[in-house]
Amino acid sequence: MMAGFLGQAIIYLTAAIVCVPIAKRLGMGSVLGYLLAGIIIGPFGLGFIGREGQDIMHFAEFGVVMMLFLIGLELEPSHFWKMRRLIVGMGTVQLGATAVLASTGLMLLGFTWQAALATGLALAMSSTAIVLQSLKEKGLGGTMGGKSAFAVLLFQDISVIPILALLPLLAATTGHAGAPHARSFLVDLPGWLQTLAVLGAGASVVLAGRYLIVPLLRMIARTHLREIFTAAALLIVLATAGLMSLVGLSPALGAFLAGVVLANSEFRHELESDIEPFKGLLLGLFFIAVGASINFGLIGQTPLFIFAVLLAVVLIKILVLAVTGRLFKLMPDQNLIFSLSLSQVGEFAFVLFSFMHQAHLLSDEIAGQMMAVTALSMALTPLLLLIGERFALPRLITPQAADQIADSIDTRHSVIIAGFGEFGSTIGRFLRANGVEATILDNDSSRVDLLRKMGFKVFYGDATRLDILKSAGAEDARILIIALADPVTRHDLIERIRGHYPRLRLMVKTKDRADAYDLIDAGIRDIYRESLDTSIRLGVDALIRLGFRKYSAVRAGLNFLKYDEAALEELAKHRHDEQSYITTTREYIRLQEQLLTNDREANPTINDHAWESDRHTYPSGKA
Amino acid sequence: MRVLILFAHPHFEKSRVNRALLKSLPASDAFTIHDLYELYPHFDIDVAEEKACLVEHDIIVWHHPIYMYSAPAILKQWMDMVLEFGWAHGAGGDFLKDKTALNVVTTGGTRESYLPEGFNRYSLTEFLRPFEQTARLCKMNYLPPFAVQGSYRLSDAELEAYAGDYARLLGRLSLGDYDVQTLQSYAYLNDWAGAASGRATP
Repeated sequence: MMAGFLGQAIIYLTAAIVCVPIAKRLGMGSVLGYLLAGIIIGPFGLGFIGREGQDIMHFAEFGVVMMLFLIGLELEPSHFWKMRRLIVGMGTVQLGATAVLASTGLMLLGFTWQAALATGLALAMSSTAIVLQSLKEKGLGGTMGGKSAFAVLLFQDISVIPILALLPLLAATTGHAGAPHARSFLVDLPGWLQTLAVLGAGASVVLAGRYLIVPLLRMIARTHLREIFTAAALLIVLATAGLMSLVGLSPALGAFLAGVVLANSEFRHELESDIEPFKGLLLGLFFIAVGASINFGLIGQTPLFIFAVLLAVVLIKILVLAVTGRLFKLMPDQNLIFSLSLSQVGEFAFVLFSFMHQAHLLSDEIAGQMMAVTALSMALTPLLLLIGERFALPRLITPQAADQIADSIDTRHSVIIAGFGEFGSTIGRFLRANGVEATILDNDSSRVDLLRKMGFKVFYGDATRLDILKSAGAEDARILIIALADPVTRHDLIERIRGHYPRLRLMVKTKDRADAYDLIDAGIRDIYRESLDTSIRLGVDALIRLGFRKYSAVRAGLNFLKYDEAALEELAKHRHDEQSYITTTREYIRLQEQLLTNDREANPTINDHAWESDRHTYPSGKA
Repeated sequence: MRVLILFAHPHFEKSRVNRALLKSLPASDAFTIHDLYELYPHFDIDVAEEKACLVEHDIIVWHHPIYMYSAPAILKQWMDMVLEFGWAHGAGGDFLKDKTALNVVTTGGTRESYLPEGFNRYSLTEFLRPFEQTARLCKMNYLPPFAVQGSYRLSDAELEAYAGDYARLLGRLSLGDYDVQTLQSYAYLNDWAGAASGRATP
């Protein structure tokens, strides 16, 4: 058993590792790579895996659930609310028109009206996994086209509920007795009670998210056990999915809802980075399973029929989508992205077809053919997007397109502040007062909570973790301000940034002079000593109290600051000359002595002769 | 001949006209631009550095908008601090001797408004007397100003023409292709630059 599992895991992982980088290299995107990997190791390729592909697909569908959880996390409730018109409007038009057209076509092919309607509805669905993964990889997720695609996908996910309720009714009217196994314990309940249960489940996700999960996560965060936090994150997703399946809702939809509820919490980035790897692997597995499940035997028997249906389905979908996009005033380029990305039949159709097969709505052969069409259409999407991107988009790009791309769902910030104590928060306030919103990382959850209440965009997380840095947008940010108190953490962070984000400009706060030397040794240019400016300011004020004119005192302060910064660099070079071992305290005293001597030798204000009119002596008549 | 442009604009990011002028200059070793507000945001002008820079250049351009009939404060600060007695003027103050100095200015008011009967009552030449006399004090040759006027109402085409004249003017100066006496006979260097390009100035 163990050997079987190990063998399988090795096959899947190897296939992915070989195919995905090649596909990416060829500009095809990872989805196509995974699909190809699946085809190659599948029963019609090398035959490493057999018919169990289907089971793996069901398991791997969990990747889709996790993906929707993550999407929910990136979407704050207010954003979600703003999208309601898109979701309902575009969703209804797309689903309705596609289902009607497809069903009509199928009836012309000789399907019964029940079978035609059910199949049409199934064909109208698109694949959340493929669409979102492809769009995200191409960086199109935040465009109008991407957002619209997402809205339609959400609507499709919601409509799964009534469609599943409708199917047994359709099956009953065909006269075949024995509806398929009950999906949930609710089917036997009266309609109003079902509705109540569904609403109750939704409400409990929202309430639990707000009043149970967040306090729980806070408690867990205080234990500082990372794996327990990961476990909690997984539990949230699994429990939500479980609850949703219980009342017959789509688990993905439930996870999305949970994500939206938690999007406003301080744990957003932490949750994101914990779930992300699981999601990625499961989605990959899902795509491989889809590839492996393409039944080339069946395609070989009736290739013309299958490809004709495939072509018809994809064309109908694209046509309806393009009209929908037009109705909702998408720019031509955005409409192209929208229409091509949603042109495949979704994974949910697999479920629906096997369901219909069990309900005797579809014959063995037709169900198999439809599944083949579905899988092929999925494989077609990345290709269509590639073609669209290469050939059609350049001609359609509108002037606004660039702006819209910048306006993504999750507004990435160009400044990240690590450490939001007194020092960091002052920087954050100053930047915000000047219209610069910084992303803030801090790992003191009580402080994070307080600052968030005050309206700051603060995220809870250990800034040295690469995944957290990534989700905070380190790739796109321009400046990272390090205001951490602990030199060891700071050092780790600098090393990590150097290794992974060399283009990020580092601006670092230090405690004192000795601390600054370490940073100079590490090659940091922008160093800010915590107390330097403040002590000089106090000194300037002291001079003023003693009777200095204010401007002269301020100038002396500015000069001293410049001189001291220059001296810091100079002394840093010679610091290592001394061989003998010195304790930190003694080194500190030595430094101070050296400084005092230097200050006396080179009073930085002495060479400032400006406005000294007594030195001007002209022979006669001149000022 | 190397040209040092001492540029003073406290709000350069909002100045369409000055952006266009500076952008028109070709990248060349002949031109050095000292953006004073950018270099010295605290008005803490580095005198030694500025002096060293002056010595390396032959033509000094004070490039600034006219605010309250004079230059923005930092340019006065620069003059007060850098043009030291005993260096730029007075006994032993010969370091700027025989260099050329001029103002390039932008004004909101039109050329007509700077006439005796106009709104501003005096000509730009009058308002720029302190610069003229400072140049003379430092034994430099002072040229008439190059002025972009009516800056709020310039069309893109007019601005482009001004920018072209600006680049041509500084280009010719950098080649040493001028005679001080001739130039001093013009009221505005615009007329020389415009005439040189064969185009009538507005």
